[in-house]
Amino acid sequence: MYDTNYHRASSIDEAVNIMAAAAEGKYLSGGMTLIPTMKQRLAAPSDLVDLRHIAEMKGIAVDGRSVRIGAASTHEEVATSAALAAVCPAICRLAAHIGDPHVRHMGTIGGSIANNDPAADYPAAMLALDAVIVTDRREISAGDFFTGLFETALEDGEIITAVRFEAPARAAYQKFPNPASRYAMTGVFVVRRDDGGVRVAVTGAGSDGVFRHPGLEAALAANWSPDAVANVMVDATDLLSDLHASAAYRANLVKVMTKRAVAAA
Amino acid sequence: MSVDGIGARVARKEDRRFLTGKGRYTDDMSVPGMKFAVFVRSPHAHATIKSIDAKAAKTMPGVIDVLDGKQLQADGIGNLICGWMIHSKDGSPMKMGAWRPLADKTVRYVGDAVAIVVADSVAEARDAAEAVAVDYEPLPVVTDPVEALGEGQPQIHSEAPKNLIFDWELGDAAAVDRAIAAAAHVTEMKIVNNRLSPNAMEPRAALGIYDAGDDHYTCYTTSQNPHLARLVMSAFYNVAPENKLRVIAPDVGGGFGSKIYIYPEEIVCLWASKRTGVPVKWTADRTEAFLTDAHGRDHVSTVKMAFDGNNRITALKVDTIANLGAYMSLFSSCVPTYLYATLLSGQYAIPAIHANVRTVYTNTAPVDAYRGAGRPEATYLLERTMETAARELGLPPGELRRINFIRTFPHQTPVIMNYDAGDYEASLNAAMEAADWNGFAARRAEAERRGMKRGIGMSCYIEACGLAPSAAVGSLGAGVGLWESAEVRVNAVGTIEVMTGSHSHGQGHETTFAQLVAERFGVPIDSVNIVHGDTDKVQMGMGTYGSRSGAVGMSAVAKALDKVEAKAKKVAAHLMEADERDVVIEDGALKVAGTDKSVPWSQVALASYTAHNLPSGMEPGLKESAFYDPSNFTFPAGCHICEVEVDPETGQTKIVQFVAADDFGNIINPMIVEGQVHGGLAQGIGQALLEGVHYDDSGQLLTASYMDYAMPRADDLPSFKVTTSNTPCPGNPLGVKGCGEAGAIGSPPALINAVTDAIGNNEITMPATPQKVWAAAQAAH
Repeated sequence: MYDTNYHRASSIDEAVNIMAAAAEGKYLSGGMTLIPTMKQRLAAPSDLVDLRHIAEMKGIAVDGRSVRIGAASTHEEVATSAALAAVCPAICRLAAHIGDPHVRHMGTIGGSIANNDPAADYPAAMLALDAVIVTDRREISAGDFFTGLFETALEDGEIITAVRFEAPARAAYQKFPNPASRYAMTGVFVVRRDDGGVRVAVTGAGSDGVFRHPGLEAALAANWSPDAVANVMVDATDLLSDLHASAAYRANLVKVMTKRAVAAA
Repeated sequence: MSVDGIGARVARKEDRRFLTGKGRYTDDMSVPGMKFAVFVRSPHAHATIKSIDAKAAKTMPGVIDVLDGKQLQADGIGNLICGWMIHSKDGSPMKMGAWRPLADKTVRYVGDAVAIVVADSVAEARDAAEAVAVDYEPLPVVTDPVEALGEGQPQIHSEAPKNLIFDWELGDAAAVDRAIAAAAHVTEMKIVNNRLSPNAMEPRAALGIYDAGDDHYTCYTTSQNPHLARLVMSAFYNVAPENKLRVIAPDVGGGFGSKIYIYPEEIVCLWASKRTGVPVKWTADRTEAFLTDAHGRDHVSTVKMAFDGNNRITALKVDTIANLGAYMSLFSSCVPTYLYATLLSGQYAIPAIHANVRTVYTNTAPVDAYRGAGRPEATYLLERTMETAARELGLPPGELRRINFIRTFPHQTPVIMNYDAGDYEASLNAAMEAADWNGFAARRAEAERRGMKRGIGMSCYIEACGLAPSAAVGSLGAGVGLWESAEVRVNAVGTIEVMTGSHSHGQGHETTFAQLVAERFGVPIDSVNIVHGDTDKVQMGMGTYGSRSGAVGMSAVAKALDKVEAKAKKVAAHLMEADERDVVIEDGALKVAGTDKSVPWSQVALASYTAHNLPSGMEPGLKESAFYDPSNFTFPAGCHICEVEVDPETGQTKIVQFVAADDFGNIINPMIVEGQVHGGLAQGIGQALLEGVHYDDSGQLLTASYMDYAMPRADDLPSFKVTTSNTPCPGNPLGVKGCGEAGAIGSPPALINAVTDAIGNNEITMPATPQKVWAAAQAAH
């Protein structure tokens, strides 16, 4: 790791100001990707601005079906929130299966979606839940937020402060882990709203990051059943292919994980 | 028997220090004035070094010096060697290219060291290493061993045309061809044994300390065999004569073979310590471990197994290409030859065997012994072929094996080995019973109802441990003898130190070796200390590899104990005014049999050192040493049975049961043996299901971290059913055979046989990842 300056911000304003003054600053919100990258000397920010201790970014609020999760909430806090489990247990279960206990106590939902690792779990949830990403400047719908591999709509210095969504009638997440890293080799988050609308978001498989699958959504909107997936064509063309999984295998996993998610929802 | 003696489940003495963080590893060592080293390594798999410019690096903060291969050569440091000479079938010696500790003209794999930076801190050394400007001219690259032998491929060492190191054979080719021509059935297969990264928990490290006052070197290093390291560094690398070089391998966190060898880094740290005048410490990071620890396996083979009309094997023909990487590591040549082809008879009476082995240079990390070393390759090839043959012949897999088991001992195979003892059917029966083999059909049907494909597979393995006798291995090309030494030092108050040339890096010697002493003298194991790993403390020894510490290392201890016992009895007889032939040792005392005369062990020890009242002419003291050179290998064997469930939708394989029924000879500590088996099974299952080293076409290592290299984890493994059915080894005084590698040898074919049984497709290579199993299952329908 190269030398860096660590700052623990206690307010959003303070964080923004420190970042503005830094030569090449990076926000830190758990650092579960950033710190290992820095240790390998593949990233060298001059300053790290830690967002995990900003009070206004903490906490999980549930009001009826409306959910607001502070961006600095750890995966463990999401996994164990009783209020959240009462309206959207799928996101609690997703959080409970990110990494290992160490990661879950350090990593945060804001950090995860800002990083937008193509194999991370949360982006699929955000996209399927049609969540709103709240920043210090604006609100961005999840559909507009995730723009590519490790790419988001965030502008320089912009901070995710919270995510908001309406708890759906049904939801579930199923992932097939990479045998080595245990990141999602394919993860599918399915949502069925009260009005019968269905969203299916896939992580770990797309060559351009998280994506929705219209074919699966249409089939499940017509027939909310695991069997409805069988005849849907999942095109492997735009899927990732690597050492661990070919695009064709990932296409299969998209269907299988969708089927299992619907069964679990 | 003492409560701590042979056969007792004694908790490991060393675990207090390991479990409380009090172990002392090489990286824990700190000496005054010590500085830190970082190696500049090649980012290219094959390139010419046009120049190395360290001027800027040398002026950076904290930097003591930057040294390269030209300086190393100018100081007369020698090239690394391969310690086992193999001759090709045309009689020519193996074609070994030069391996310089720091590459000076050509780099041949990603990670090849080209310079060392010594600085006040690791961070400063790393900064300076990045500032060393090496001008490389990239050369064409080949990483695949089969391709490397072809026309028009890059030439990696000028000494080895077409990258062929040797083309060796064992056995009677003509007899094998005749038997195949006359066979009632021939099973043919192509077998790939995947390349593995050893992944010891503790990465390699070295601390070189040059003392200018005495012109003496000390090397702390992560070695399985410090004496061998000293011998090789003195005799071949010209670091220093043996009496000027002390090598200490303190606590070592796992080796699995990868810490047998002498690597460039320890040589360079010693040399750099003299050049810079400061102690120099280097510790590998995990990326360096992936890049530069000697890898294991990497064979591509074809096999033909011929049967007569009674389903008896009449011949076995094997053709193997073994990838040795960019340089010949210390024992790389013997692994795919004498540790591999000699085991191709397995547990079976096979009249004719022929093996042809070609070893090849590629632009990859050096390949050498890894837990099992040649024997897993032989077992995987043989046991997958047996299983396949059983299916082709329509016989239950256990039945085909039974028909072909060796049943009388000693048994001379056509490939050198002379098996001394064994009962293969006993292991097979024990394993099949423990696995409830007969209940499998019902379990499969139940799984089918849940949509799961259930499969069962077995493997009957044999291995050869002990790697000896010395004269025999010498005749086969070994550069060293493979005996072991021990010294038993009884202190004046009766406590005991045992100096062993074996080395413990996870095996539990500090407990099991002490159990031998406790058994013999009736003393508690807490009064026995096992000393190992320091060339200044311990007489010359050969270290630990090839599951040899029990069979060879403990046998040396037993010989030394014989001598101590004989002398102690003489002293006791004199004290009790009895005939020494009537003296027995019981409950920590020497007694005259059939009388109430008795002297405590401690009093005999004290009398030996006060020397006030010893038999006439007897030397004072109670300390004896012994060297033990075995008369033969030992032959542990066993049967492993694996049962899996494959999820046909995802290709995910879950091991639902794993049984290991092993014959290890006599057992000193059953708990430690079970631990060794569990660890070996985890590594074997890792190879079969998860692990695999991959390079891309440009020679970059794709699996250079745990993000891409899949190690077995607890939830990948079932609760193992481990049992033993032992036949004592007739070849050594303790009747022990060795257990360290068996798990890794026997398990991969059992697992893959289970997977192929589950999915109904035999075309699968290790590791059987979900992707491959899914594709194979798809192809089967």
